[in-house]
Amino acid sequence: MFRDVFNLKSLVLPAAIFIVLLILPPIIPRFYTYILAVIFVTALVAMSLNMVVGHGGLFQFHHGVFYGVGAYTLALMLTKTSLPIWVGFVASPIIAALVGLLIGAFCVRLTRLYFGMLQISLGSLIWAIAFRWYSVTGGSDGIHGIPMPSFIGSSTSSYYFILVVVAICLMILFVIFKSPFGATLQAIRDNPDRCEAIGINVRRHQLIAIVIATFFAGIAGVLFVVVEGSVFPDLLFWVFSLEIFIMCLLGGWFTFAGPILGAAIMISLRTFVGIYTEYWTLILGVILILLIFFLPEGVWGYILEKFSSQSKEEIEKGSK
Amino acid sequence: MLRVEEIHKSFDDFKAVNGANLTVEKGELVAVIGPNGAGKTTLFNLITGQLKADQGKVIFNEEDISNLPPYKICKRGIGRSFQIANIFPRLTVFRNVQVSVFSQQGKSGKLFYPAEKLALEETNSILENVGLLDKAENTAGSLAHGDQRALEVAIALGNKPELLILDEPTAGMSPEETTATIELIKRLADSRELTILFCEHDMEVVFNAAQSIMVMHQGLTIIQGEPDEVRNSSQVQECYLGGAEPC
Repeated sequence: MFRDVFNLKSLVLPAAIFIVLLILPPIIPRFYTYILAVIFVTALVAMSLNMVVGHGGLFQFHHGVFYGVGAYTLALMLTKTSLPIWVGFVASPIIAALVGLLIGAFCVRLTRLYFGMLQISLGSLIWAIAFRWYSVTGGSDGIHGIPMPSFIGSSTSSYYFILVVVAICLMILFVIFKSPFGATLQAIRDNPDRCEAIGINVRRHQLIAIVIATFFAGIAGVLFVVVEGSVFPDLLFWVFSLEIFIMCLLGGWFTFAGPILGAAIMISLRTFVGIYTEYWTLILGVILILLIFFLPEGVWGYILEKFSSQSKEEIEKGSK
Repeated sequence: MLRVEEIHKSFDDFKAVNGANLTVEKGELVAVIGPNGAGKTTLFNLITGQLKADQGKVIFNEEDISNLPPYKICKRGIGRSFQIANIFPRLTVFRNVQVSVFSQQGKSGKLFYPAEKLALEETNSILENVGLLDKAENTAGSLAHGDQRALEVAIALGNKPELLILDEPTAGMSPEETTATIELIKRLADSRELTILFCEHDMEVVFNAAQSIMVMHQGLTIIQGEPDEVRNSSQVQECYLGGAEPC
C-alpha cells in the first residue's frame, strides 16, 4: 500500500528533511534539540486537527482536549499504576479516540459553527475535570516528574523516538489523505448536501474522520509526556486549541504539509520572540493580519501555488 | 417504477406542494412542467429525501421510500442533479465524478489504498459521455457555467442510477447550449438505459423530448399524459399557458 502512494519524486524532499533531522542532534545545542522535539509533537497535533478542519471542513475548535486526554492517560498510568509503559503508549491514543467518538457523536448532528460551539462546550467539560479533580489529576498543578524508561530518558534519545514516531504517523496520515476515504472527506468539506445525494452517509464519514484525528492527537499527547515528563491542565484549555487551529491556517489548511510549517512558525515565535517580550502574541497577531490579506491559502499553500504555476509556465514554454 | 401519491409539503403557511401525483415507467423520459413557484423543485426534493413530506407517499420499485434520508434513497437507485450547480468546487473534475463512483462501489470508506488507482475506467467513461474528458484535471470551481452543469449530471451518473432526476438541466443556458444539453440527456437515456425525470420551463424542449408530461400549478398536479394530450388539455391552457396559443 505504501509503495502505491509514495512515488520516488514525492519522497525526495521529505526524505532529505528526515535525514537532516537525523544527523542534527550531535551538532546543535541541546536546547535546540528540545525545541525541535516540541515542534514535531505540536506538528502532529496540528496535522491531526487539519484532517478534520482543512480536509473535512469541520470546525473542531477544541482539538487540544484529545491531545490532553492522551497525555493525561499516559501520565496517570505511569504514576498511579504499575502497568508496563507500552500499555500506556497503546492505551492513551485509544482513550483519546474514544473520547473523540463520544464528543464527536453529539457534534456531527450539528453543522458548521454550531458544531464548533458544541465541540468547545463538551471539550471544556473535560478540561474542567482535569482542572478540578485534584485527588486524581493534581488539579492546576498537573503531574510532574513522570518516570520514563531509560531508552527514551535522555533528550537525544527521546528526540529520535519522537522523530521516528511522528514520521510514521505523518506517512499514515498521508496515505489516508490520498485514499478514497480522504477524497470523500474533501468532497464532504466542499459540499455535504451533494454528498448525501450521491449516497454517502455524511455523518458517519465525519465521525470516522474525527475518531482517526483524535487518535493521532492522542499519540501526540503521549509524545508530549515523553518530551516534557509532565502534564498540566493548560493542555486541554481552549487557548491551546485555538493555537493549533491558527497553525493550520498559518501553514495552509487545504494543503497536506501546511500545518507542520504552521507549527514550526508558532513554536519558533513563542520561543525566540518570547525571550524578548512576553507579548509575543502581538507579533503573531500582526502576522495573522498580513496572512489574511496576502496569503489567504497559508504559507505552504502560497509556496505550492507559486511552484505549480511556475511549472505550468515551463510546460507551456516547452510545448511552444 | 416510481409513483408519487398525493404528496403534500408546506413551509409554515405556504403550501409548496399540495397534492402532487406522478408516475414514471421504466425507460421513459418524463418531464414535469409548471410556472415558477409551481413546486417542481420541492417535489423533486421530496422524492430524493432532501425534504420530508408532510403527507403522501413515494413508491420506488414497489418499496415505500418516503422519509428515508437522501443517501439511502440514492443507494436504492435514484440519482439526481440540482438546479444550481452543486459540485465540489475545490476538487478536480475527475475527482468530482470519482467520489460518486466510490460511493456506488462501496469504496468511500477505504483508508489504505491510493484513490488515484481506483475506479478509473468508470470515471473516464462517464466524463467521455458528458464531454468533459479533456477538462478532467481542471479544478471544478473554475469551469464555465455550462460545463459545471454537465459535471453536475456526471456526478449523478457516477452512482449508476436506474432513475435519474434532473432539476432544470438547462437553467441559465443559451438556446444552443439548451439544445446540446437535451441531446446529451437523450443520448444518456439510450446509451445507459436510464429512466429520466426532469423539470423544465422551456416548452419547446419539453414537448419535443419527453414521452410523458406532468403539469404542476400551485403545488397541484393538473394532468399527466402524452405530449399531445397535455397540449390539447383546456385546463392546462387556462392555468399554465394563460389561455394563449399552445406552442
